[in-house]
Amino acid sequence: MTLETVTKGAAVDICGVSKVYGNFTALDNVSLRVEPGEFMSFLGPSGSGKTTTLNLIAGFTDLNGGEIRLGERSIGHVPAHKRNIGVVFQHYALFPHMSVAQNVAYPLKQRRVAKVDRARAVDLALQKVQLEKFSHRYPSELSGGQQQRVALARAMVFTPSLLLMDEPLGALDKKLREVLQLEIRRIHRELGSTFVYVTHDQEEALVLSDRIAVFNKGRIEQVGSGHQLYTQPETLFVGQFIGESSVLRGTHRTQGNETALTVAGATLAVSGQAKSDAAHVILLRPENVRVQPKGTGRHDGMTNIISGTVREMLYLGAAMKYEVGLADGSHVIARTPTQTEPFAIGQPVELAWNLKDGTLLADDGSTAGHEA
Amino acid sequence: MKLNVPRLLLRLTCLLIAIWLVAPTLIVIPMSFAGQKSLAFPPKGFSLQWYENFFTNPQWIGSLIVSAKVALMVAVVATIIGTMAAIGIERMKGSAAGIIRAVLITPMIVPGVVLAVGIYAVYLDTRLVGTWTGYVLAHTLLAIPFVVIAVGANLAVFDARLETAAASLGASRLTTFFTITLPLILPGILSGSLFAFVTSFDEVIVSLFITSPQLKTLPVQIYSSMTRDADPTVAAVGSLIFLATSLIIGLGLIFGMRGRKA
Repeated sequence: MTLETVTKGAAVDICGVSKVYGNFTALDNVSLRVEPGEFMSFLGPSGSGKTTTLNLIAGFTDLNGGEIRLGERSIGHVPAHKRNIGVVFQHYALFPHMSVAQNVAYPLKQRRVAKVDRARAVDLALQKVQLEKFSHRYPSELSGGQQQRVALARAMVFTPSLLLMDEPLGALDKKLREVLQLEIRRIHRELGSTFVYVTHDQEEALVLSDRIAVFNKGRIEQVGSGHQLYTQPETLFVGQFIGESSVLRGTHRTQGNETALTVAGATLAVSGQAKSDAAHVILLRPENVRVQPKGTGRHDGMTNIISGTVREMLYLGAAMKYEVGLADGSHVIARTPTQTEPFAIGQPVELAWNLKDGTLLADDGSTAGHEA
Repeated sequence: MKLNVPRLLLRLTCLLIAIWLVAPTLIVIPMSFAGQKSLAFPPKGFSLQWYENFFTNPQWIGSLIVSAKVALMVAVVATIIGTMAAIGIERMKGSAAGIIRAVLITPMIVPGVVLAVGIYAVYLDTRLVGTWTGYVLAHTLLAIPFVVIAVGANLAVFDARLETAAASLGASRLTTFFTITLPLILPGILSGSLFAFVTSFDEVIVSLFITSPQLKTLPVQIYSSMTRDADPTVAAVGSLIFLATSLIIGLGLIFGMRGRKA
């Protein structure tokens, strides 16, 4: 059991898992498979069930229903200390009365690894997180980033086939977070273990993950790669949670196999069909929306055009961002390359986008506000 | 330089209060060197006979040994029970924990005489008067609150999430307790056991009720010696105990400071 041998990641199967606290349903019949060696993020606002799921996998909370398998083994009722899963916590959870080396050696001691092998494995794990020079320090003598590196070394030193991380970078500042994100990616590649990473930060999830499971209100909204979630969100919640977006609300009408939405007096075509009579919206990404002078757009059947007024203009260096107000009081965000003669605030303009770039989604009442 | 009157007054007040606090203890020291068999202050003459009496008289040295043995046993028993109780209370949720805590603390609040009468009544029936078991049981009862409070205070700042981390690293609950929880609440346990030892060592009221001529603790011996005749050996005992406790506390402070620096 040393880090020299590449670990085989194990698959995690979550089958119909539920968790109820009193009369609060934290998880409602959730099913998910994490592939062996995959980097999967659980993304969602606080209280969405992502941490509950992680705690159930780790064995910190008891299952109310369903089954969890790690590889071939059903672990739903195995006590936490027998699951052989590495966990990294947001609050580091280093043992303050032990040196860095003793902290990292702790899981090996529990597994009765011989002293010589133990020392070698600890050295190797500390090398992986670039802290080999700090092995005699105590946690209180390290910075937050260093402490989290130690925690990472401690969680992987026993080469678990699955590593769980619960917002491990949540307590660190942005710069350090970015550095550690890259390190975590590198370690994931080198280890070969399956990683499950809980975060509420969509950017972090996009940077790190092979796939992302988006949690909301105790359910999984969608599972997919970052690109899939961004370009083909299946629900309005996912569309708004990942990346920046504008939402056009209106009344929709389906004729034959074409659905059109009437928003602020304009009729907007979409590719795809409304699946029900319930309210629908169009989700637009800022980079797909063009801002142009009024009356310059061509109605060619492939383009949607709606007029509005520039409310705000932000200069972002390489790009510019416009907030354009529509007649119904809502607004659309558009990002364009920097223009030499930008539109002025208050100027009437036209917004245009290819109709395939607008995503038709059932209105689930989600708003753009990202919960931290 | 201008005379700072308020500051001078403050210093004077502090000095007076300090004298008031330590004077009774310090007066005992010259009295223990008295030349005559009287507890008068200031003492007349000088001799070491009262120290000699303490170390040679089997009644005195015997009661010291009894007290030390009882206090040691009480420290062990009360620390174990009190620590377990404190951990249990910390883990319990809801109002039951508060009630249990209050019950455990009552011996500290109930007047000593009331407890003593109750204990005496029970001991008469169960023939525990004047026995080792009797002393240890009664003193443990009085010492448990101190352990519960000291360990409880330490547990309140103990990060229980470390136990979750230990579990994830493969440690069973028992291993976790001995490798993580215990080392981190050890300061509370040690100070609790010190309190327990001291509580038993200078307990008078209950001990007076349950004492027997065969088995006497030091405080009981001091008390009966005082009421029988004004024996300056009492002052010698007082001085020795004062010296011993000062040494222990002094060493504790020194090591405590070193530990913090490391």
